[in-house]
Amino acid sequence: MTISDPRRAIEAVWRIESARIIAGLARMVHDVGLAEELAQDALVIALEQWPTSGVPDNPGAWLMLTAKHRAIDLLRRRTRYEQKLEVVGRDMEIRQESAEAELDDALDDHIGDDVLRLLFTACHPALSTEGRLALTLRLLGGLTTGEIARAFLVPEPTVGQRIHRAKRTLADKRVRIEMPAPAELADRLSSVLEVVYLIFNEGYSATAGDDWMRPSLCEEALRLGRVLAALMPEEAEVHGLVALMEIQASRIRTRTGPGGEPVLLLDQDRRLWDRLLIRRGLDALERVEALGTFGPYGLQAAIAACHARALSAEDTDWERMAALYRVLAHVAPSPVVELNRAVAVGMAYGPARGLEIVDGLVEERALRDYPQLPAVRGDLLEKLGRLDEAREDFERAAALTRNERERTLFLARATGTPHQR
Amino acid sequence: MRYMIILKATSQPATPPATELMEAIAKLGEEATRAGVMLDNAGLAPSAQGARVELVGGKVSVTDGPFAEAKELVSYALYQVRSKEEAVEWTSRFLKVHRDHWAGWEGEADVLRVFGPEDFAAPE
Repeated sequence: MTISDPRRAIEAVWRIESARIIAGLARMVHDVGLAEELAQDALVIALEQWPTSGVPDNPGAWLMLTAKHRAIDLLRRRTRYEQKLEVVGRDMEIRQESAEAELDDALDDHIGDDVLRLLFTACHPALSTEGRLALTLRLLGGLTTGEIARAFLVPEPTVGQRIHRAKRTLADKRVRIEMPAPAELADRLSSVLEVVYLIFNEGYSATAGDDWMRPSLCEEALRLGRVLAALMPEEAEVHGLVALMEIQASRIRTRTGPGGEPVLLLDQDRRLWDRLLIRRGLDALERVEALGTFGPYGLQAAIAACHARALSAEDTDWERMAALYRVLAHVAPSPVVELNRAVAVGMAYGPARGLEIVDGLVEERALRDYPQLPAVRGDLLEKLGRLDEAREDFERAAALTRNERERTLFLARATGTPHQR
Repeated sequence: MRYMIILKATSQPATPPATELMEAIAKLGEEATRAGVMLDNAGLAPSAQGARVELVGGKVSVTDGPFAEAKELVSYALYQVRSKEEAVEWTSRFLKVHRDHWAGWEGEADVLRVFGPEDFAAPE
């Protein structure tokens, strides 16, 4: 029998507990950077002590208590010089005495609130998008700088700088670690959801041969989404985003072929879709429905669910999907949404109706270099038997795409390879 | 990475489990759900209520439970975590809850990795 490496066991505990520890410390010291340092101190002590003393029975509580003691020491030292902190210090002493009692309540209500405050702070609009992504993965995901760098295909010092800059910005702008005011909540929440979905899409865009850290970003984003859904169960868009990610993740295995080439959704082997993730996604979508409001994420999830519910491509409820795209185009208008609507309309009501919508988009500046526009148009023209025009569009799509495998796919269709469907 | 954890009882005390155990299990499950790592879990009824289907020598046969093994499967859980050690840590917490709330109970849990998309990735 072999016992697992203590170092790896400690890292596992850290992964599980770090967000809660950092979040709790941030409430005590009012500084995200300092909170993280104190938490790291506790980790270092664990790495020194546990290999010889053994892993404590409740390692999470041990780390939390050790980190709290560090924070209390620090605050006391400050108190000697700063009279005004005396009150805080006394508060700390009382907390220290009750710390033991608190251990069993590691799950008590304010821990969830602490994590939520930390997440809103890491996704604060004062920070750059890159800074938000890195800080969220670091503070809420427990990822190391090196892991984040590998996931985003950038050098480690770059990520280190992004995190450093983000922490300094929070300190310079005196961003308080607190929940946004009710009037700001909707905007601030969409900033959080955007960060989570950007992390997911970064992982989703990973290609064969990439470092495994990249696709694992999908799992990390899903985990963050699930955490958020547990902490803000009344927010429909949180469940909408979780539903969308669960359903999209259910197709990760089938979206590329054996040679790494992309496989279109309708050509995927649905028997290999992950039924557990689909079920979880549909459950999350039910929660959106129960809350009664559909935002852009909820609508996209409802659209994704039309595919997930269909056991074969022929079973897809295209009418429902076309209607959902119509609502989405109203809630979050964009030429890409309109293009997707054209596909659904083409499937539901015939290629001529789809083509009408696409032709209305040809002048759209935002889609000028978008390969999917001629690709969709080519597909509709082909179905209408206008093969010469279709070929021109597929050639245009092939010229526009920067993805080598997609180019091969478009060129194959341009040369008239009959498309199975 | 996804792990399936299958819990087996090797020694069950005559006394029924205290409500505190059920409460502690529910609390731990909630904690794992809040941490975003618990995908699915359920308890398993005694094998007396199940059956075993076997293929031996080209013949499929069915035997009703209970099964003769000393170990009864008790429950399963599916976790999505970042390492085997993380799955082991959650499993250890689950067993410690039994230790703390049901004296005399003994058991073991197998922590098994579930194949995922990473195992079917295209060779590059």
